[in-house]
Amino acid sequence: MLRLDCLRAIYSDLEKCLVVTIMGALPAELQSLGHRPNFFYLQHAMGLASSTGLGLALSLPHQKVMVLDGDGSLLMNLGTLTTLARYKPKNLLHIVFDNESLLSVGGFPTATGTGTDLEGIARAAGIPETSTVRTVEEFTKAIRHAISSDGLETIVAKVEATGPKTFVTDLGLLENRFQFRRHIQSLAAKTK
Amino acid sequence: MPVSLENSQLIYHALKSCGVQLLSALPETWLVHLIHIAENDPQMTLVRLAKEEEGVGLSAGAHFAGVKSAMLMQNHGFLAAINGIVSFAHLYKIPLLMLISYRGTFGERDPWQTEGGNVTEPLLRAMNIPYSFLDAPASVEKRIRDAHTLAESSLQPVALLLTRDLMWEE
Repeated sequence: MLRLDCLRAIYSDLEKCLVVTIMGALPAELQSLGHRPNFFYLQHAMGLASSTGLGLALSLPHQKVMVLDGDGSLLMNLGTLTTLARYKPKNLLHIVFDNESLLSVGGFPTATGTGTDLEGIARAAGIPETSTVRTVEEFTKAIRHAISSDGLETIVAKVEATGPKTFVTDLGLLENRFQFRRHIQSLAAKTK
Repeated sequence: MPVSLENSQLIYHALKSCGVQLLSALPETWLVHLIHIAENDPQMTLVRLAKEEEGVGLSAGAHFAGVKSAMLMQNHGFLAAINGIVSFAHLYKIPLLMLISYRGTFGERDPWQTEGGNVTEPLLRAMNIPYSFLDAPASVEKRIRDAHTLAESSLQPVALLLTRDLMWEE
């Protein structure tokens, strides 16, 4: 399963969510499908995409928040799973693309390549709904179901360790950040 | 426990009057009262962390959502949060109001706190983080208000060091 195919399959569903991604190949692929103002790409600070999603979800309880995480990033901040599980925001969806690799820095294998089970860790941390998916069909079904229902969920998607040739895009980090915040403010203004 | 309840209340009310609605925290002795007060305040979202660096993400998410936040941590927690501060808060211009208990300075009896005390201010300076001290009840409210104002206008992390003089009663 390719991450790009997964992203393409759910691209239209992302419109309803605030989306926070990790750095590297994932945001480059998502931007290749088309940037949107409700996408924020955390292009460093590995491990904190899920914490950012938690801050958003707790602050905007009526807004669905989707975190697109990766195995390398999540392994740098495993404690985040215990914090997510502690507060269980029902509007937070945590997706982990697990390619068993630190692809962006030369493809070195992560611990998921030698048997570490991130879904198992998430479940043991207390995340109420967890699953592992291996096909684009399973992935799409799991995401659509999670978007349309309430409850914190971690979905681990096993993908191949491939990505685009370059990760730098022409979207400035600060441009992305200010546009994202402004977009959220415009949503708040609409609901008033 | 000789942690000052009165001064903890003073700090908490100052945060509230700045409009802080989300507080991330990792317990440490000097912060015990502050965390209990936050816990009992239904208007406050208290997020107990596993590690202080998570608080940078929490505060960034809250900022994007238009919610004001603050972080409670020990100086060793600040050390544990440094990558997040640099590669998120500085990189993306995220305001952070960091209240850091300043352990390991004059009067410290716990040997394990002493190295952290030596490096806290040099690190804050090296990181270009504006900082000041909460060291006397009379100036607490204004210092917190001023720190918050600067964080919001400059969109950067600022630090207030909670000192033994303010937090400890013997």
